[in-house]
Amino acid sequence: MDAVIDDPAVTTAPPQVPEAIDLRAEFVSSGLAEVLDELDRDLVGLGPVKSRLREIGALLLVDRARARFGLQAVSPTLHMSFTGNPGTGKTTVALRMAQILHRLGYVRKGHLVTVTRDDLVGQYIGHTAPKTKEILKKAMGGVLFIDEAYYLYRPENERDYGQEAIEILLQVMENQRDDLVVILAGYADRMERFFTANPGFRSRVAHHIDFPDYSGGELEAIGGRILGQMNYRLSPAAQEAFHRYVELRMAQPHFANGRSVRNALDRARLRQANRLFAGDKPVTADDLSTLEAEDILASRVFSGGIDSYPPLPGR
Amino acid sequence: MRITQGAFSFLPDLTDEQIAKQVQYCIDKGWAVNVEFTDDPHPRNTYWEMWAMPMFDVKDAAGVMFELNECRKTYGGRQYIRISAFDATHTWESLRLSFITDRPADEPGFALERQEVDGRAMRYTTRSYAANQPEGSRY
Repeated sequence: MDAVIDDPAVTTAPPQVPEAIDLRAEFVSSGLAEVLDELDRDLVGLGPVKSRLREIGALLLVDRARARFGLQAVSPTLHMSFTGNPGTGKTTVALRMAQILHRLGYVRKGHLVTVTRDDLVGQYIGHTAPKTKEILKKAMGGVLFIDEAYYLYRPENERDYGQEAIEILLQVMENQRDDLVVILAGYADRMERFFTANPGFRSRVAHHIDFPDYSGGELEAIGGRILGQMNYRLSPAAQEAFHRYVELRMAQPHFANGRSVRNALDRARLRQANRLFAGDKPVTADDLSTLEAEDILASRVFSGGIDSYPPLPGR
Repeated sequence: MRITQGAFSFLPDLTDEQIAKQVQYCIDKGWAVNVEFTDDPHPRNTYWEMWAMPMFDVKDAAGVMFELNECRKTYGGRQYIRISAFDATHTWESLRLSFITDRPADEPGFALERQEVDGRAMRYTTRSYAANQPEGSRY
């Protein structure tokens, strides 16, 4: 019945105003320390992003402490924009962000709803508003992550329904700040243009976080973690080949950071399976979990092409 | 006459905060929450008009409250609005909870009609005074 009736004893007792609050203890007890440590452990690189997340976490913690002294009534604006190149971990961090905000009690459920333009904008007149509202309702109590948000605004078509979705979004972002946190994500230059064309968004988004590209060493570490999760490992020769692969691939166009690494390893697994299947001798557990240099060296990257599927036209 | 249908109808009207808690309870149980409205409060009128879609995948009461407030903008003060929670699990497949959240400012109540049939036998029926008016202009 606790969902139905408040315990009268709780509501009638005068609120206890503490003498002092130990922020350090608060940091640990809120579970924020744990989430941020996990973030440090699980995500390679992304130094500026992690420090910004710490800052936001500290702000929320201090705000909460202030609220307990009765110093503040308005909840902070937490809408964010994540900018960065493809594969730099924007979605992954958004998921963590949802957890952080949930631990701190700023969102009630802590789920992440990931959408793109297609989910918000309708195809004919009168279709957009219900569609956008449907998504907003689904995301309430959690975090709404709008990937490639700049597609919402299409200046070349003045009858584009994206504008309608933007207006509904802005209204809810302003009026229901307690119910919903919106994270916009996209490539830096296009997001900049998007914000310039929609000043309403710029003023309602408090935190702009830029995701840097990964260095070669970080990409290799990411590759190692991806393989570790799938119970694969690289032989020493394959390690060397992978190092060269990353160096070559980074210099090529259409490089998508972590995603490219994951795709490359997926293809290496494909080749390994093929190699084991073609070989006649029985395989051991060790064979099954080891990627050899030849699995990686067979990549088109080493012959001057781009290792993508389907192959890019004209190459 | 204040009509008493569904849960909590003998209590004072629920506040928005109380409604949100009830809705959250339903969502946590995995029920789909709906907003419904009608201007014909006869107890046998079980199928009310549905406002928007049943909310199967809303995780937080705020989403339902948003729709309820939208419905109030159109029908608040003029029609009855209720929240119902549908349990889709096998062997239930029916409403588990339903309660009125909004009622018209003035509720005229019901008339008891007597009909003499088959000599001196009596038949009784109730009739809402509001339903004497055409639909849309009842409250």
